[in-house]
Amino acid sequence: MTADPAGVLTGTHFLDGDQACCEGALAAGCRFAAGYPITPSTEIVERFAQRAPLVSGLFVQLEDELASSIAIQGAVWAGAKAFTVTSGPGFSLMMEHIGYAAMTETPCVIVNVQRGGPSTGLPTLPGQADLMQARWGSHGDYELIALSPNSPQECFSLTLEAFNFAEQYRVPVIVLMDEVVGHMTEKVIIPPAEQIEIVPRRYTHLSPEDYLPFHAGPDGVPEMVRAGDGYRIHITGMTHNERGFPEVSVEAQENLVRRLVDKIRLHADAIARVEETATEDAEIIVIAYGITSRVALRAVQMARERGVAAGLLRPVVVWPFPEQRLRELAAHARGFLVVEMNYGQMVREVERIVAGRAPVSLLGHGGGSVHTPEQILESIVALQPVAEPTR
Amino acid sequence: MSATVELVPPNPVEAILRTERMPSIWCPGCGIGTTVNCFARALLQAKLDPKKVVVVSGIGCSGRVAGYVDLDSFHTTHGRAIPFATGLKLANPELTTIVYSGDGDLVGIGGNHFIHAARRNVDLKVFCVNNFTYGMTGGQVAPTTPLRALSTTTPYGCFEQPFNLPQIAEAAGAVYVARWTSYHVRQLAHAMGEALRKKGFAFIEILSPCPTLYLRRNRLGDGVAMMQYFKEASVVRHGAPTREVGIDFQGPLAVGKFVDIERPGFLELVNQQLGRTLDAEYAGCGGEGDYVRG
Repeated sequence: MTADPAGVLTGTHFLDGDQACCEGALAAGCRFAAGYPITPSTEIVERFAQRAPLVSGLFVQLEDELASSIAIQGAVWAGAKAFTVTSGPGFSLMMEHIGYAAMTETPCVIVNVQRGGPSTGLPTLPGQADLMQARWGSHGDYELIALSPNSPQECFSLTLEAFNFAEQYRVPVIVLMDEVVGHMTEKVIIPPAEQIEIVPRRYTHLSPEDYLPFHAGPDGVPEMVRAGDGYRIHITGMTHNERGFPEVSVEAQENLVRRLVDKIRLHADAIARVEETATEDAEIIVIAYGITSRVALRAVQMARERGVAAGLLRPVVVWPFPEQRLRELAAHARGFLVVEMNYGQMVREVERIVAGRAPVSLLGHGGGSVHTPEQILESIVALQPVAEPTR
Repeated sequence: MSATVELVPPNPVEAILRTERMPSIWCPGCGIGTTVNCFARALLQAKLDPKKVVVVSGIGCSGRVAGYVDLDSFHTTHGRAIPFATGLKLANPELTTIVYSGDGDLVGIGGNHFIHAARRNVDLKVFCVNNFTYGMTGGQVAPTTPLRALSTTTPYGCFEQPFNLPQIAEAAGAVYVARWTSYHVRQLAHAMGEALRKKGFAFIEILSPCPTLYLRRNRLGDGVAMMQYFKEASVVRHGAPTREVGIDFQGPLAVGKFVDIERPGFLELVNQQLGRTLDAEYAGCGGEGDYVRG
């Protein structure tokens, strides 16, 4: 189906990433948001609070991020599309409810505009150190999807897609922005509603007598109902059977958690998305995401100008990680350079997948500012197989 | 047609219960099941469409109530039943939304949500079973444990001042506040019915025995002994100032309806303010039961 025109601000705009993210949510059909103010994400809900009442939506500012991240799930079970937005400290508070959404298969979107951490860290400056937290932050085994926009345009389009992924797979989806992407202002083109594909909620057509809330079809994703539809559902964060009731047993755990993991793992290649620049003949592959990928692109261009065969691989979907494509590249590339605003997170994934077939090095720092193209260029040159004497 | 005599007439509350999931996990002598019986009776009496009634629970023994009522029911995370219910109610205001949980859940780990939901006057019915302890985890001190009472984490007696729940609820803005015990089944069912009809944040504290973890450790006998205590120590004090209804260890228990006032509800104020400011541009919110749904 296509988007409800009411929420789509069709046209060419000059927006920052936070504002564009809000428009992406509205275009996706999101009409409920709950949140707690935190820099540098607050502009998203400020805009939502302004825009939502004009399109039959509502923003509620709740008492903390624990409340916000579970209130959106209540709204989802009432039939709404809903999201919350935050940054590092608030993201930490939301971890339990990411787990609840994974366990109860509640489609929802959580935006994290990353800042430098740990703890209060650098409230107004960027970081990319929540990458692993986004994937592993809640306890227990689960899988989710996380997207990493590198421009206001993508803050719009990937937030919209985050809602689609959430509905398609019934998982929490994380939009992993960063302070620079959130606060940079650029041209954002919002297409007409009829050109925007929307994944509707996968409601069941079965009668209450035949419906099992957690019985999944071949793709591993069960169909949903809403509270108030007469299905008398029971939803719990405990390990549950297909009927939805708690079942504390090894078998129930195996049936449920394996499916929760598999519904993403078995579709990982379909979900994965990368953007590549000059990788066909590249000897050195730079891997970067979010704002860092834009600096890395310049560094790759500079390297090419110097005759160094460099290319850029940019994961757009960061979780699940684009393993297949990286494995293909690892067969030819002579070195990988991972550039990220942390002291080594994505590089661990790269090392795991490249598995010794080529050297992998990290250019990381603790956040606060983006890398410079010159820094990256220097590391590219240093990785060259026949390089100048190393320092 | 042959005439058969029904020796055991069906119990009307069974219509509201998931009897196939019984017996429940609750211990013999526990009062939670009794409160659920009262709730089922209140619901039948209120003649609400059960399809439009939702029960939201947190974690703990009372958190399991959601699993035994044959309604749309949500067993959420520890302390977060109220914000979950807030999202649910705001996204579909036509659902009668009941939060049914325990003292540790609602006013311990979830205390912040409790006061804020009362302040906003979100249309929630909050039924809090207070058994003075964290039962599910083995009898630790709770924010409701009376001074001097023993628990596994206050082995020499409780030295923390407990919350007076009706006082907090009233101070935070609840429009309906009552307290009963699991002994007062008629009064409790009646109060639950009143709460179901009341618009806004309605709160009932229900005192209930935990024979396994609270009574035994404090040498207070079994569930029946606690019912005896509830019967003898309770004083009906409708309209009592809530500051006077705090609970001392095995002391007198003020019960009754303390607060029943009118105050504009959350969605009412949302609609009023946005309607006033945005005028014709306001696309509406609440009341229709469908405003945020796709």
